[in-house]
Amino acid sequence: MSEIAVQKLKEKFPNSVLDSYSFRDENTVIIKKEDIAEVCRFLKSDPDLSFNFLSDLCGVDYMGREPRFEVVYHLFSIDKHHRIRLKAMVGEGEKISSVVGIWGTADWHEREAFDMYGIVFEGHPNLIRILMPDDWDGHPLRKDYPLKGR
Amino acid sequence: MAETKNMILNMGPQHPSTHGVLRLILELDGETVVKLTPEIGYLHRGVEKLGENLTYHQFIPLTDREDYIASLSNNLAYCMTVEKLLGLEVPPRAMVARVLLTELQRIASHLIWLGTFGLDIGAMSLFFYCMREREQILDMFEACAGARLTINYFAIGGLRHDLPEGFETRVRDFIKIFPERMKNDYERIFQDNKIVRMRTEGVGIISKEDAIDLGLSGPLLRACGVPWDIRKSNPYCGYETYDFDIATGKVGDVFDRYLVRMEEMRQSLKIVQQALDRLPGGAHLADDPKVCLPPKQKVMTEMEALIHHFKIVSEGFEPPVGEVYHSIETPRGELGFYIVSDGSNKPYRLRFRPPSFVNLESLAKMSEGKLIGDLIAIIGALDPVMGEVDR
Repeated sequence: MSEIAVQKLKEKFPNSVLDSYSFRDENTVIIKKEDIAEVCRFLKSDPDLSFNFLSDLCGVDYMGREPRFEVVYHLFSIDKHHRIRLKAMVGEGEKISSVVGIWGTADWHEREAFDMYGIVFEGHPNLIRILMPDDWDGHPLRKDYPLKGR
Repeated sequence: MAETKNMILNMGPQHPSTHGVLRLILELDGETVVKLTPEIGYLHRGVEKLGENLTYHQFIPLTDREDYIASLSNNLAYCMTVEKLLGLEVPPRAMVARVLLTELQRIASHLIWLGTFGLDIGAMSLFFYCMREREQILDMFEACAGARLTINYFAIGGLRHDLPEGFETRVRDFIKIFPERMKNDYERIFQDNKIVRMRTEGVGIISKEDAIDLGLSGPLLRACGVPWDIRKSNPYCGYETYDFDIATGKVGDVFDRYLVRMEEMRQSLKIVQQALDRLPGGAHLADDPKVCLPPKQKVMTEMEALIHHFKIVSEGFEPPVGEVYHSIETPRGELGFYIVSDGSNKPYRLRFRPPSFVNLESLAKMSEGKLIGDLIAIIGALDPVMGEVDR
């Protein structure tokens, strides 16, 4: 995991970094949702960091907390072999900007997060359901969605 | 001159060469694919949702049912993630056995890929040879765990049981015959065949930059010439102590993907040999009675073991609050688990990062503008397992 990335982020975006912590040698940085695309673009283009690979993007539902959702980005650098985790909090009915323009692979991940949690990614080229049928009601991974039965 | 318009063709979800319930909506101009839209989700079982409602131990058998061609790799990724969350050390014997078995699993998985890929492009006989050797590996798994496909052999903290008697001999027998079989049977039948070469060379090329952008991993990315293998870049299970090379391609076409997978089988065999030579004695499971299930023998004879067994099975264990992401190199690429723990006996969030799902995303990029006949070879070389695409 990359301490240097956390340092750089704090220096470059003092107002965007809300919090950062480390657990089991993994660094997590919480980013203000409005600045997520800008931070991602920086992390990808900075020569010392070069996070050129988006390993994973997913949503998490913290029901009962405000803002309710979190979008979690797992970045990896194929050249430097380090990882970092970014998080942005999104409230119900709010939007977050898409990172498809930065890593093409985000396309399906964001569609999945939309499908499973109803998180809306602004600027996504084709934000439709991916795993569930198009006419499905509700978002299955939300905590208030029942495990079985309706 | 009559007006022509593009045709929409529906391919799958029941189609022999889509490797499972994958549906592709093709827009065709004659034989050329103008636009390709994959439709997935036919096998969606809500595994991540189920995971949030099961204890940590109960989830292991479900990981078998994701990438069912390489279920041991899934077991490993999940168990290692939970161990990371707990900060649990795995005994050396279990570590080496895990490497040994997952490398055998890689060979078995690549063999089934090679066989079915041959079928896709019309080479029938190869399949039977591949199945013959795969059978031998599955027999070893059966001796270990009693199952052949959904093996469920790794447990949190090590192995479910110790390696069975006679296991080493079986592996040694396999190591003896396999290189020759590869050379005489697979390569001789397949590689130098002119039809195979014409159908694979220069087909489905994707550039390095596009491949990284689209998140390709595993043999597909290495075939583009990117020497990234998690076993080397972020070693786990002691991979840094094994001597092996990363196989890479040059052009990034279907034939390169074939070459990379063939070389990976050879390298895996090399790792298997080394693991077998250094397999230490000792415990196969970590000594943490609050987390690891005690052996059945003890449950029947010792009061304490019975209590622990009952507690773990009925309630499970409670890891610390926190979140971890761990990924390993499976035969298909980067398989990651992201677990958020709220300190209860069930994960608050269990995310499964399947390599096939991400790899499938680049299918459109690889095949648009190409012939529909090439599409079959491209899907075959992509090696998607729909179980982990749809989860």
